[in-house]
Amino acid sequence: MIAHLPILQVVIPLMAAPICLLLKRAQLVWLFSLIVSGLAFLISILLLQQVIASGVISYELGGWSPPWGIEYRIDELNAFLLLIISAISTIVLFAAQVSIEKEIPPNKHTLFYVLYLLSLTGMLGIVATGDAFNIFVFLEISSLSAYALIAMGKDRRALWASYQYLIMGTIGATFMLIGIGLMYQMTGTLNIEDLSQRLPEVAQTRTVFTAFVFIIVGVCLKLALFPLHLWLPNAYAYAPSIVTAFFAATATKVAIYLLIRFTFSVFGLSFSFTTIPLQSLFMALGLVGIVIASISAIYQNNVKHLFAYSSIAQIGYMIVGFSISSVTGLTATLLHLFNHALMKSAIFLALAAVMYRLGNVQLNNLHGLGRQMPLTMAAIVIGGLSLIGIPLTVGFVSKWYLVTALLEQGWWPVAVLILIGSLLAIIYVWRIVEVAYFKAPLANKVPVREAPISFLAPIWLLIIANIYFGIDTRFSVQVAQEAAQTLFGLTP
Amino acid sequence: MNLSLELMLELSIIVPLMATLGIIATGHHPDLREGVTITTCLILIYLVVNLYQGISQGETISIFWWELLPGLTVSFDIEPLGMLFALVASFLWLVTTCYAIGYMRSHQEKNQTRFYSCFAIAIGAVMGLAFSANLFTLFIFYEVLTLSTYPLVTHAGTDKAKKGGRTYLGILLSTSIVFFLLAIISTWLIAGTLDFNPGGIFPEDVDKSIAGILLVLFIFGIGKAAIMPFHRWLPAAMVAPTPVSALLHAVAVVKAGVFTILKVCVFIFGLDLLSVLPTTQFLLYLAGASVLLASLVAMRQDNLKARLAYSTVSQLGYITIGALLATTSGVIGSSMHIAMHAFGKITLFFCAGAILVTLHKSKVSEMRGIGRQMPLTMFAFFIASLSIIGVPPTGGTWSKWFLMLGTIETEQWLLMVILMLSSLLNIAYLLPISFHAFFPELMANTAANKESNTYSKTAIYSKNKLAGYKIKEAPLPSLIAIVITTLGCLTLFIFPQALFELATAILNNRDNS
Repeated sequence: MIAHLPILQVVIPLMAAPICLLLKRAQLVWLFSLIVSGLAFLISILLLQQVIASGVISYELGGWSPPWGIEYRIDELNAFLLLIISAISTIVLFAAQVSIEKEIPPNKHTLFYVLYLLSLTGMLGIVATGDAFNIFVFLEISSLSAYALIAMGKDRRALWASYQYLIMGTIGATFMLIGIGLMYQMTGTLNIEDLSQRLPEVAQTRTVFTAFVFIIVGVCLKLALFPLHLWLPNAYAYAPSIVTAFFAATATKVAIYLLIRFTFSVFGLSFSFTTIPLQSLFMALGLVGIVIASISAIYQNNVKHLFAYSSIAQIGYMIVGFSISSVTGLTATLLHLFNHALMKSAIFLALAAVMYRLGNVQLNNLHGLGRQMPLTMAAIVIGGLSLIGIPLTVGFVSKWYLVTALLEQGWWPVAVLILIGSLLAIIYVWRIVEVAYFKAPLANKVPVREAPISFLAPIWLLIIANIYFGIDTRFSVQVAQEAAQTLFGLTP
Repeated sequence: MNLSLELMLELSIIVPLMATLGIIATGHHPDLREGVTITTCLILIYLVVNLYQGISQGETISIFWWELLPGLTVSFDIEPLGMLFALVASFLWLVTTCYAIGYMRSHQEKNQTRFYSCFAIAIGAVMGLAFSANLFTLFIFYEVLTLSTYPLVTHAGTDKAKKGGRTYLGILLSTSIVFFLLAIISTWLIAGTLDFNPGGIFPEDVDKSIAGILLVLFIFGIGKAAIMPFHRWLPAAMVAPTPVSALLHAVAVVKAGVFTILKVCVFIFGLDLLSVLPTTQFLLYLAGASVLLASLVAMRQDNLKARLAYSTVSQLGYITIGALLATTSGVIGSSMHIAMHAFGKITLFFCAGAILVTLHKSKVSEMRGIGRQMPLTMFAFFIASLSIIGVPPTGGTWSKWFLMLGTIETEQWLLMVILMLSSLLNIAYLLPISFHAFFPELMANTAANKESNTYSKTAIYSKNKLAGYKIKEAPLPSLIAIVITTLGCLTLFIFPQALFELATAILNNRDNS
C-alpha cells in the first residue's frame, strides 16, 4: 500500500467524485468529501515523510518503466505542494456545508462537491505527475471544474467572471499544450526527467525557444502574473466564498509550482536564466505587480476584490524571490507559497463567514462588525497583520528570507521596494480595521451575530497555524530549503 | 518564595501578558479587575527588584526561548541599561495604574477592560524589550509594543482618535519596516550575528560608509525615538486618555525608542566604531535640530498635552545626542535621562490629566489662576517642570550635567549651545504655566500695562470668578500618584547614586570584556 501512495494521492479524489453523485444527500456528500480530502491530506503527510527520509520517490504507472510509461515523481517540492493543497482543501471543506447553504441552490450541492473534488484531483495530479502531457490533462481537469465552480456564485456577475477566466485559462492551457508539443517534437519524450536530459542537446534551436516562451506565457496566465492577472479579481470576488478560499490558497500556488518545475527541472537553470533574460523580466514584472496590485487593492470597496488584488501582489513577491535565482531566493518563494496559503485561506474563510451573516462583503456594510462578529473580524485582522509581515506571524518569516536573499545579491533598492510594498498592505488592511472597529453599525440594519462554530473552528485553526508557523519555523524552513537545494542540484 | 533568577526573568515578561487574561476574565467587576492589575504590578516590581539585586551581586542571567529562524533566537539576558529601563517602567506602571483608576472612573471612560488589558500587554512587551539579548528579539517586542498601544491611542473611538491612530501606526510601522528591519537584516548579513555585545558586533574591517548608512537607517528606523522628521506620531498619540499619554508616551514607548538607540549605539556599533563613522556628525546635528525645533514648536502649543508632547520630542533628542556622542559621559547622561525625564514628564502628564478631569480644561490659556483650586497639582507641576529644565533640587540636573559634559569632552560646541538654548526654551514654555496658575493678578497687570484690553478683561473676570472657588483637587488615587512621582523627582536629586552606578556599569561591562 505504502508503495502506491503517489497514485492513491490522485486517484482517491478522482474516484470519489463520481461516487458523490450516487450518495445524493448533500450532508452525506459533504461528509464523504471531507473524508476523502482528509485521506488525501494523510497521504501527503506520509509522502513528505517518506521523501525527507529516503529521497525522491519514483512511481511507475501500470508498471511501465519511464520514459515509455507514465511516471509519478515526488521530491521535496512536490510533496510540499501536495501537503499545502490537501491540507487547505480539508480545512476549507469543514466550513463548506454551512457556507454553501446560503450561496448555492440546494439542488446543486452535490454537484458542488463533485466539482470540488475534481478540482482537487486536478491540482494534486499536476503536482504529483512527472509527465509533461499528464500535467496538461490534470490542468484541464482542475481548470474546467474551476470554471464551473466559479459560475455557481450567486451573484450573476459570477457567470461573466467565470467566462473571463475560461477564455484566459483556455488560452493559457493551449499555450502550454503547444509548448509541450514542440518539446515532444524536438526530443520525442514527455517525461520530465527525460526531457531535462535531452533538451540541452537541442537547446539552441528556435523550436525550443518557442516552446519555452509558450510554456512560460501559458503558466503566467494561470498564475495571474501582472499584467496577465485581469481574470483573477472578478473570479475570486464572485465565486462562492468557499471556492475563493480554496483557490486563493492553492490554484496560483500550483501555477508557481509549474513555473519552477519547467524553468528549473525541464529547461534547466542555465537555459532559463542565462540564455533567456528571464531574471530581469520577472524581477520587473514582479515588482510592478506588487506596487500596482497593492495600490489597486487600496481602492477596492468589495473586500473580496481587495484581497484578490492583494493576492496578485503576493504573487509578485513569490516571482521576485524566484527571479533572484539563488537558493535563498527560491527558499523565500517556497516559504511564501506555504505562508501565503495559510494567510489567504484564513482571510477568505473569514470573509465567507461574513458573507454568511451579512450576505455581502462590501466595505461600507462592515460598519461596527468588530463588535458584532468579534472572533471573525479578529481573524481578519491577524491574517492582515500576517500579510503585512509583523513578527511572530508567517508573513514575517517569508519577508525576512526574501529581503535577505535580495541583500545577499546586493540588490538593496529592490529590497526597499519590497518593504514599501508591505506598507501598502498596512493601508488596505487598515481600511477594513477602521470600518469594522470605528464606525458605528448602520442604524437601519439588523445587527448580526457571530459566525457559527463550523466557520470559526477552521478559521481559527488557520489563524493559529499562521502564528504557530511564524514562531516555530523549523518545518516550513527546512522543507523549503531542502526543496530549493534539490532544485539547484545541491544535495543537502 | 525561592525562585531562580532565570525564572524571575521569564516571569517578568510572562506575568504582565498573562495578567491580560485575568483582566479580561474579571472584566465585569471593575474592582476585581483593577485588583488584578495592581497585584500584577506588585508582583512585577517584586520580580524586577529581585533581578536588580541579583545583578548587583554580579550574577549573569540569561535565558533562551526558541530559535525562530536558523541562527536567530528569541533569548533574553540582563545588563544594566535594560535593568534601569525595566525598573523605571515597572515602578511607574504601578503609579500609573493607581492614577488611571482615579482618572478613568471619574472621566467615565468606556471599554476600561480593553484599556487595562492592552496596557498589561504593552508593559509585557516593554519588559521583553528591556531584557532582549539580541536585536531580533528586541525587534519582535518593539512591534508588539506598537500594535498593543494602538487600541489605547484610539481608545475614544472618535474620528479624531481614528486619525491620530492612523498617524501613530502609520509612522511607527513604516519606519520600523522600511528602515529598521532593513538595517537589522543588513547587520545580520554583515556581522553574522545580532547578539548584543559590549563593544559592538561589526568586524574590524567593516566598510565605514556602509556602517554609516546602517546607522542612519537605525536612527530613522527607530521611530519611537521621535527624531524629526519622524516625530509626528507622538503629538498624534495625544488623543489617548491621559494615563496612556503619561506612561506610554512619556515613559514606555518613547523610552523604548531611545533605549533601542542606546542599545544599538553601544552594543551593535560600539562606541569606538560609532565615533569614526562618517554619518555620526550629521545625525548629531539632526538630533540637535530636533531638540531645538521641537522646543520652539512646543512654545506655540496652547493645548497642554500637545505642548508636553513636543517637549518630549525635544527631550528624546537629548538622549539620542548623548548616545551618538559616543563617550562615557554621554552614555551615562543618556541612560540617566531615561529615568529622570520619565519621572518629570509623567508628573506633568498626570497634572494635565488631573486638570482635565476636575476642571475640564485642556488649554494652557484657560489655566490662569487654577493654582487656587488645585494647589498641590500645580505645585507638583512646578517641581516636575524644574526637573525637565534640569535645575536643582530635581533629578533632571544630573542627567543634563552629564550630557553637557559629553558635548564639552567631544568639543561639540554647537551642540552645547543648542542644549543650553533648549533649556532656556524649556523655561519659557513650562514655567509660565505654573506661574500663571498661582499668580493670575500679576500676569493680568502686566497684560493691562501692555494695553491689550480684551486680554486683561478676561483675566480680571476670571480673577473675580476665582474668589468664590474652593480647593478642588483630582480624585484621591490620582493625587497620590502625582505626589509619588513628584517626590521621585526630588529624591532622584538627593540619591542619584544607584542610578548613576547602573549607568556607569553599562560601560564597565564593555571594559571588562
